[in-house]
Amino acid sequence: MSNLGNAPTRRTTSAHLIQSGYRRFLGDYGQEIFVLAAIVALFVCVTLVNPRFIAVNNLNTILSGNAYIAVAAIGMAMVIITGNIDVSVGALIGVLATVAGTLATSGYPVWVAWTVPILVGLSINTVIGLLVAYARIPSIVVTLGALSILRGGLISVTGGAWISNLPPSFLLAQQKLLGVPVPLVAMIILTLLAAFWMRNSAFGRSLYALGGNPEAAVASGIPAERRIVQVFAIHGMFAGLAAVLFATQLQVIQSTVPPNLELTIITAAVIGGVSILGGTGTVIGSTLATILFATIGSALIFVNVSAYWLRAVIGLLILITVLADMLRRRRRSV
Amino acid sequence: MQPIVQLNGLGKSFGGVKALKNVGLDIYPGEVHALMGENGAGKSTLIKILSGLYTPDEGTITVNGEAVTFSSTRDANAAGIATVYQELLLFPELTVAENIFLGNYPRRAGGMIDWPAVRAGSRKLLDELDTHDLDVDKKVANLSVAQRQRVEIAKALSKNAKVLIMDEPTASLVESDVQRLLDIVRQLRARGVGILYVSHRMPEIFAVCDRVTILRDGAYVATKNIDEVDEPALVSLMVGRSIDNLFPKVGVPIGKPVLEVAGLNHGNRVRDISFTVRQGEILGVAGLVGSGRTELALTLFGMTPATSGDIRVEGEAVAITSPSQARNLGIAYVPEDRGSQGLIKSMAIRKNVTLATLDKVSNGIFIRTPAEMSRAAEAIKRFSVRCRDADQPIGQLSGGNQQKVVIAKWLEIKPRVLILDEPTRGVDVGAKSEIHAIMGELAREGVAIIMISSELPEVLGMSDRVMVMAEGRVTEILERSDATPERVGAAMTAHRREENAA
Repeated sequence: MSNLGNAPTRRTTSAHLIQSGYRRFLGDYGQEIFVLAAIVALFVCVTLVNPRFIAVNNLNTILSGNAYIAVAAIGMAMVIITGNIDVSVGALIGVLATVAGTLATSGYPVWVAWTVPILVGLSINTVIGLLVAYARIPSIVVTLGALSILRGGLISVTGGAWISNLPPSFLLAQQKLLGVPVPLVAMIILTLLAAFWMRNSAFGRSLYALGGNPEAAVASGIPAERRIVQVFAIHGMFAGLAAVLFATQLQVIQSTVPPNLELTIITAAVIGGVSILGGTGTVIGSTLATILFATIGSALIFVNVSAYWLRAVIGLLILITVLADMLRRRRRSV
Repeated sequence: MQPIVQLNGLGKSFGGVKALKNVGLDIYPGEVHALMGENGAGKSTLIKILSGLYTPDEGTITVNGEAVTFSSTRDANAAGIATVYQELLLFPELTVAENIFLGNYPRRAGGMIDWPAVRAGSRKLLDELDTHDLDVDKKVANLSVAQRQRVEIAKALSKNAKVLIMDEPTASLVESDVQRLLDIVRQLRARGVGILYVSHRMPEIFAVCDRVTILRDGAYVATKNIDEVDEPALVSLMVGRSIDNLFPKVGVPIGKPVLEVAGLNHGNRVRDISFTVRQGEILGVAGLVGSGRTELALTLFGMTPATSGDIRVEGEAVAITSPSQARNLGIAYVPEDRGSQGLIKSMAIRKNVTLATLDKVSNGIFIRTPAEMSRAAEAIKRFSVRCRDADQPIGQLSGGNQQKVVIAKWLEIKPRVLILDEPTRGVDVGAKSEIHAIMGELAREGVAIIMISSELPEVLGMSDRVMVMAEGRVTEILERSDATPERVGAAMTAHRREENAA
């Protein structure tokens, strides 16, 4: 009798545990799951209309062609998590891609052409980080300035000319690793490493703390200035990696990056669940959101809708995401 | 004579907590009526009801014999009730005249604002306050606090206020400005304005008020003519309970000095401070708002590093220039405003618990989640934090439980010195006594505790010694046996009184 009486209790407890684990998972990854579901739904719907959508070739275009955006969005997500922002990253990628191409065509070994942009990206963003952290200039102002300097400087130096005659060995993004395109490998490995780092390291924790409540973070002994310089430096490295993937995907390097690249990158972070106010979000979300944009762009072509709609759809997604974030915050603070 | 305003049986609850119960009060024309009580006694709730910010759950407001209900501050203004708030609500980028008439600018035919009338009206109002030296075209941003306050009063009068509520009007004024303000209050009284005067400062109450109403724990205690009472009588009416029962003080052997401070300075709120705290000792810090209590804590904790003076921790001379350095020395600071400085609301409880000890729960790079989980579980158990689990975002907890987590965070560093700034403000009674019990336990473990509190009973009940501050200086350090409300109260205003006498 007593056994019978106990059984339901035990079941409720384990049900409660499962429920609480489930809730924690949803709480931590709600936005990521939403984006993933959107990608899957989009694939199912478009494939029903046009089965060629799911062909390997098209998947390759969707994923590899946009991997550099996902890589840049990793660094951007980290910066936004600390409550800062960088609007100059598009221009920086343009500069770094040109640096890579110039080195490659000037006869330097390809590994130099691949590494130097990463170091240059790190250096430039370290300066930005120093201005934000120690001169206490808001990051939006510093990076708006950097945007103009980098973009103007690039056009003046290159005169708008394209770089061609790139050595074939330089074209990293066209190569494959165990049959998988390098950009895809880079995107997946970098995302997973960064996600693990942000979730489990003391460094990652301090970035979330700074974005969540800078005053409390400092009062808890977190060195805010140093962390901000570091996060911008890391973001610069990711921009360098992104620039190498971008520069090595075609036979030529344009001196102009895709328009509004920085906005696409910021948007990826935000739709992936990084709160624009700082303190929450993951880099897995930003990568998934990049894949979602690429899928939408490709899907519009496959169902014969003008690709110009892409920006409108993304705009709508931003508004929905930010609204959801605000509602979540309001509920949490009650 | 008929009172201008009469309050009867007012009651107001916030989420089940009764902030005000069955309170009555009346204000006559030409009367300065003091409203007194400890923090949390219900003064601000009463003021907010009278100025139309809150609607009472029960009770009536009568103005000139007519029952009224206020659904906004506009309604209260229309009934002739205006408020001068503690935090002055002026627009710094507008001029004095623009601020005074904001919201009810005189208009010309056609709806355009009549600027000459605005300026002339402002001039007249300020002149009536004997403030001939204040230019009506000056930007408010360029005025001193005292001048802004006069603009605020002129603004209230521009709405033909018959009753003026003044909330801690002298809290941020220097002595000479206090005298001038009291002159203005007397002048308004002579003109037949009724004034509800809220202040902690005894000398002002006796200098300017006619009657005084005392609240305690949201309830009405008494209304007295000012000549019927003296300072000790007022204090005992305000405190009104047996302090020793409420704060069970644990006797702990007191050890060697842990923190010794000599001649510490920072700005004009921390001036030449010297004191010592020993192992197992609770040093209470009392003082009025603006006496430099919190500033002292911030200086000790490295947020606003000292400009001169010596700090010794266990005999060793140290210079503290940042919170992380203070933490590494074993100094912990539980801030006054836990929302903005104590915790990160979006983060889980466990992450808040380990925030000050990330290096301890990590292997240098990665956080050891099992270690973090067990630290958090232990803290939740020790402090009986009421929560779902350690992964619940801390923002969802009640104020008292949030405060317990903030204290738990700092205990993780195994502090030698624990500075608690208003540890029980905004905390319900149950959690309050739990926090007091924890303080006793820590003292027994040999932690030196500095407790800053505006609640006199808390200071007197919990402290081994009481350090009283006024205007950035230490005015007295009293042993527990000597620390009576009267002596502490007198020391809190000591400086002021000397200056008055001089």
